[in-house]
Amino acid sequence: MNAIEVRDLVKTYGSGETAVYALREIDLTVNAGELMLLMGASGSGKTTLVSIMGCILSASSGSCKIYGKETVGLSQKELPAIRLENIGFIFQAFNLFPALTARENVEIALDLKGVRGSQAKRRAAELLERVGLGGKLGSYPADLSGGQKQRVAIARALAGEPRIILADEPTAALDSESGIVVMDLLKELAHEKDRAVIAVTHDNRILHYADRTVHIEDGRIGREEAAMPVLPVSTTGSIGARQ
Amino acid sequence: MASIAIKNLFHEKVRLAVTLTGIVFSIILTAVQLGIFLGFIEASTGIVGQSKADLWVVSRGVTHVEQGVEFNESKLYKVLADPDVAAAKNHIVSLGAQAKKPDGSDEGVTLVGFDLDGGMGGPWNITQGSVADLEIPDAVMVDELYAENKLGVTKVGQVIEINKRRARVVGFTRGVRIFTSQPAVFTSFKNAQSFLGLNEDQSFFLVIRARAGANLEVLRSRLAGELTDVEVLTTSQLVYRQGMYWVFGTGAGITVIVAAVLAIIVGVVIVAQTIYAATVDHIREYGTLKAMGATNGYLYRIILTQSVLSGLIAYVVGIAASLVISRVSMEGTLAIIVNWQLAAALFVLTILMCCTASIVAIRKATSIDPAMVFRG
Ligand SMILES: Nc1ncnc2c1ncn2[C@@H]1O[C@H](COP(=O)(O)OP(=O)(O)OP(=O)(O)O)[C@@H](O)[C@H]1O
Ligand SMILES: [Mg+2]
Repeated sequence: MNAIEVRDLVKTYGSGETAVYALREIDLTVNAGELMLLMGASGSGKTTLVSIMGCILSASSGSCKIYGKETVGLSQKELPAIRLENIGFIFQAFNLFPALTARENVEIALDLKGVRGSQAKRRAAELLERVGLGGKLGSYPADLSGGQKQRVAIARALAGEPRIILADEPTAALDSESGIVVMDLLKELAHEKDRAVIAVTHDNRILHYADRTVHIEDGRIGREEAAMPVLPVSTTGSIGARQ
Repeated sequence: MASIAIKNLFHEKVRLAVTLTGIVFSIILTAVQLGIFLGFIEASTGIVGQSKADLWVVSRGVTHVEQGVEFNESKLYKVLADPDVAAAKNHIVSLGAQAKKPDGSDEGVTLVGFDLDGGMGGPWNITQGSVADLEIPDAVMVDELYAENKLGVTKVGQVIEINKRRARVVGFTRGVRIFTSQPAVFTSFKNAQSFLGLNEDQSFFLVIRARAGANLEVLRSRLAGELTDVEVLTTSQLVYRQGMYWVFGTGAGITVIVAAVLAIIVGVVIVAQTIYAATVDHIREYGTLKAMGATNGYLYRIILTQSVLSGLIAYVVGIAASLVISRVSMEGTLAIIVNWQLAAALFVLTILMCCTASIVAIRKATSIDPAMVFRG
């Protein structure tokens, strides 16, 4: 089954003279098990598209199916459960709770899923282990590097065992080194358990991670590229430079 | 969920300190004002409420006992004839007495003349001497809190003058506060008659103890029907009249209640403002929770937990401070009474105050658009 199926999706912000046509009849299918990158100029509608796919923004018209279930037109009461069930979010600015340790940040997501107490503690530790932060369970976000924070956020996103992970500019706030670690992780996550990972990016350095890259131009789907071959070793030390 | 709330709360120490200080002060102010109110009630009704009598016979239309008008003793015999009356005694409470201090100045007193054998209407909280000592002609008992200041008396055996007659202090009470600040002077009914220059057959009140098991209301209305020109009241009815007259009639009660209400409002505003500010500061995290699938209810519980927890901490501190203030006030004539009922009421009030204060923050949380999480 397709993870996400978008048909004739339209999003207009506002109305009348001030209306902004952010998405104009988007058709897009995201397969389970693929890492898809969304690229495009600033203001082209990338964030709007992932927001609708993530069920945190309602479309003006069209269809957006999550594993076959239509989400356009659902009420504000129904959407939280769909997000909880299916979607993990990763943000450019991490959005961690500063008052909580890495482990507690993950525990909140488990709490939302109804996993509590010692079970939640154990599960949170496993997830942090999974993202390579087994030694940072008790650290507060302020004491972690950007890359570590993003990995905590990934562990948190994984807590709900989502079938879809949506990331908006996940590496934009990171140095190359950390960006590599994060993208490696996202790619692994896409390939295990047939998860779909969609990452919005401006970052050309991470293009080769994509199973597919989709370009958005002015609210429409533009070019699509299949996976790029791994680039040869470069001397610039960019993210692309991997053996 | 609770742990997020608690951790958020303690993460911002300065904000927590400001919130707690605000609520603590609000609780102390409210407790003190309401404690003064209870002190007023106690001081204005004590000589009735502590009388151990079941019923009072008072002249018609009396709004407070200090205003009693004398009537003929013959009513006493009618009362005693009732089979449900276990005891009935003459009684006097009067503001019509002046004491002359050793330095020669005058001081109005509240003269209480009671039947020494009746066990009703006498002094309470006796610290020196005994009711039996009042058998001596001219013997009086006064309260320690007023003795030195108002009457120039410091020890047993001293002599003062009441309405130009000799009065010997044979004992002390402690804590018989009088709303008017005219100190209570307890004496035998006979002495009181002579201090006031009454005839032997004149009395101000009758105090009655009902036979055990008698229906007070039935007895009250039967006596009321038999006696003319007087009213028969239960002790609690007279306590109510006393309280209404002194505490509300003088405006003193309204003043402290208004002050208490203001203190509560200030508390609500302070908590509302800090909880709101805390919510606004965490808006991105709340948005993230919403994006992750948290319902509005989940966010409300976080916010409510934070404010109720602040309330609980502040309550413990506030009530402890209020109890200290109350204890200190007991050394003076203005009692601030913080009893368990007031403490319980303040507890409920604090929790209500914190929940009310959360409304603004909760509305803010409701309005958070989860789509904000992807915006810069
Ligand atoms: N809440 C909003 N209200 C009105 N217009 C909006 C809103 N959000 C986005 N837009 C507009 O919709 C268009 C698409 O915005 P969107 O944020 O999806 O672009 P983007 O591709 O994510 O850009 P960027 O690369 O700068 O993040 C833009 O013209 C933007 O100004
Ligand atoms: Mg964007």
